[in-house]
Amino acid sequence: MTATTSRVNPNVSAATARAAAKAANENQPVTFGKALNTALADGLVADNSVVIFGEDVGTLGGVFRITDGLTARFGADRCFDTPLAESGIVGMAVGMAINGMRPVIEMQFDAFAYPAFEQVASHVAKMRNRTQGKLSLPMVIRIPYAGGVGGVEHHCDSSEGYYAHTPGLKVFTPSCVEDAYLMLREAIDSDDPVVFFEPKKLYWSKEQVDLEQLAQEYEGKKSAKTEGRARIARAGSDATLITYGPSVSTALAAAKMAAEEGLNLEVIDVRSIVPFDDETVCASVRKTGRAIVIAEAQGFASVASEIVARVQERCFHSLAAPVLRVTGFDIPYPAPTLEKYHLPSAERILDAVDQLQWEA
Amino acid sequence: MSADASSARISEVSKKFGITPEDYMLPARHMINLLNPDGSLRPDNEQGTEPGHEYPLPSPARLMEAYAALVTGRRVNDQNSALVRQGRMAVYPSSHGQEACQIAAALCLDDNDWLFPTYRDTVAVLSKGVAPMEVMTSFRGEWHCGYDPKAYKCAPMSTPLTTQLLHAVGVAHAAKLRGENTVVVAMCGDGATSEGDFHEALNFAAVFNLPVIFFVQNNKYAISVPLSHQSAAPSLAHKAVGYGMAGERVDGNDLMALMAIMTRAVRMAREGNGPLLIEAHTYRMQAHTNADDDKRYREDSEVQAWIAKDPVTRMKAYLEDAGLLTEETVAKISEDAEAVAKTLRDGMNQDANTDPRELFEHVYSTKSTQLAEQQALLADELDREEA
Repeated sequence: MTATTSRVNPNVSAATARAAAKAANENQPVTFGKALNTALADGLVADNSVVIFGEDVGTLGGVFRITDGLTARFGADRCFDTPLAESGIVGMAVGMAINGMRPVIEMQFDAFAYPAFEQVASHVAKMRNRTQGKLSLPMVIRIPYAGGVGGVEHHCDSSEGYYAHTPGLKVFTPSCVEDAYLMLREAIDSDDPVVFFEPKKLYWSKEQVDLEQLAQEYEGKKSAKTEGRARIARAGSDATLITYGPSVSTALAAAKMAAEEGLNLEVIDVRSIVPFDDETVCASVRKTGRAIVIAEAQGFASVASEIVARVQERCFHSLAAPVLRVTGFDIPYPAPTLEKYHLPSAERILDAVDQLQWEA
Repeated sequence: MSADASSARISEVSKKFGITPEDYMLPARHMINLLNPDGSLRPDNEQGTEPGHEYPLPSPARLMEAYAALVTGRRVNDQNSALVRQGRMAVYPSSHGQEACQIAAALCLDDNDWLFPTYRDTVAVLSKGVAPMEVMTSFRGEWHCGYDPKAYKCAPMSTPLTTQLLHAVGVAHAAKLRGENTVVVAMCGDGATSEGDFHEALNFAAVFNLPVIFFVQNNKYAISVPLSHQSAAPSLAHKAVGYGMAGERVDGNDLMALMAIMTRAVRMAREGNGPLLIEAHTYRMQAHTNADDDKRYREDSEVQAWIAKDPVTRMKAYLEDAGLLTEETVAKISEDAEAVAKTLRDGMNQDANTDPRELFEHVYSTKSTQLAEQQALLADELDREEA
């Protein structure tokens, strides 16, 4: 009889079992949600002043399970449930950050963060400035956002524009599993408040990523910084698709379809909306001469609008066509059966690509 | 700590006083009031105290310290109002008439305890030890907060109503998680009790059993809107029981009662008995600010009636009768108050010392490329102006 696990064969050493488990894991793709969960756990290990709290983040592990197991592993002083009050959660985090902690708090859904907006806009964003740098607020506000998951009313807003418009806040949004881990670690270690937007449709997406190695690289400062650095998600030469968060996968799908028609599109993942990486974005547009900005949020007065303005201010003489936008319509987020008409699709992106004055 | 543990704590405390948890949490039937408006000590049975709601008289030395601060506080209010009239300062929300509340809120705390003031609490901030001109930075319009909150354990004066109460809760929570015995006094007014953050702060403090004293100065007006339009509760202190904490009412123009009540409150909070709500009945003797006209919403006779209840004359009369005020101490107290007033006058007569280039310095821990570009743009404008 040959036993393969230490549970049935005590002769197999624990180390061998761990190595076997690791090897098995290496073949298992990691979900976006697990990467976030691991980043939180590693953040708690790395710094005793990190505390996690919010609604349902303790025993339940969060409605999306992003804080799963953290209370059991680290205790209720490090990860705990609060009363159901978003302004209270953010306001208490402000006080804890004033007094030496690094709170990482969860707003359960995008639109449920609005009750806390006064705390965010008047205090989180301004505390460093109003005290001439005497008080800093190292805290992370995690917000599951955007649609594409058939969510009911008030569960699918793309609210990044409100926060990006508010000086003093950093605004991050990852679009791949590796960034989910790295960007959350950076957000936790930032000395500035970070509003961390998690595209909820990506929570269950999987990629082959070795989180342990990523953690070692991050802690050894070997990984490149993500703050203020856009990422070239797909290299191309004919036009640039500038996007972030949930729309990156849509843009990549559009680029793949365009490639079949002989067009080579570059896809830029902004990932750090604030601070914004003008350099990477503009270098790409100067190279391709054409650009489309894609986002789920309504286009009017949006982050997409800001990117268009920045690009045309800096790249005017390199542009062969006006910079276009493919965004959500200027309507309240639709009911689940109608959301597909609202969200930017690969087809709608390709229609915009067709309008980039190729005949000229 | 769970809510269950918080209510167990309440049961334990009330048992110690020999009363029910409800009688502990509900304010005493009458407002706590130790001194009559003429400065005479009220008889024991007319002080509003009852079992579980008893407050030992502060020592003469403590009263003298508080009185000296009270005189300075009044002088500061009047000096600042004068400086506004002279155009040396844009705005000053005076706490004239409320100085006893201001002094008690600050003096009851130890050096490591935190104070969370509002825009009307300049005198409390000064009493916490912040340097006079550093307090005035915001009213001079030079910067929003001129002092180091961590150095003084005093938060920036909050202009948005009530938001600071949650910050107070957070400071107390962080201290508790680290095993420190910090107490936090969170100040607000009667109008602020209508805000949602008032509810959330009291609830969080009670659920997590935190050492926060919510100190409400009920000065009867939120700019123009009277208390009767803010709340239909029997009193603001009665709101405490709904959160599972104890509430108490006190005469906010009676420095002796305030010192007695706040001293006990701080001790109880430090001992781990959770948060408390104190409502101090006082009166805003002047308009909301110099930009307000209070004749549009209240009768002058109402204001006049409160002159007789003034906290400064009341305390002075008591100390004189008790033989605690000598000619020397009176002179010394007045001299100290004048010195602070002179510091304010001298400081205010200096031109503002601001550098527009600094506008970009404290937005983030490190300046973004975009802010550096905007800073260079402004610097260029300034250089051309100076050339």
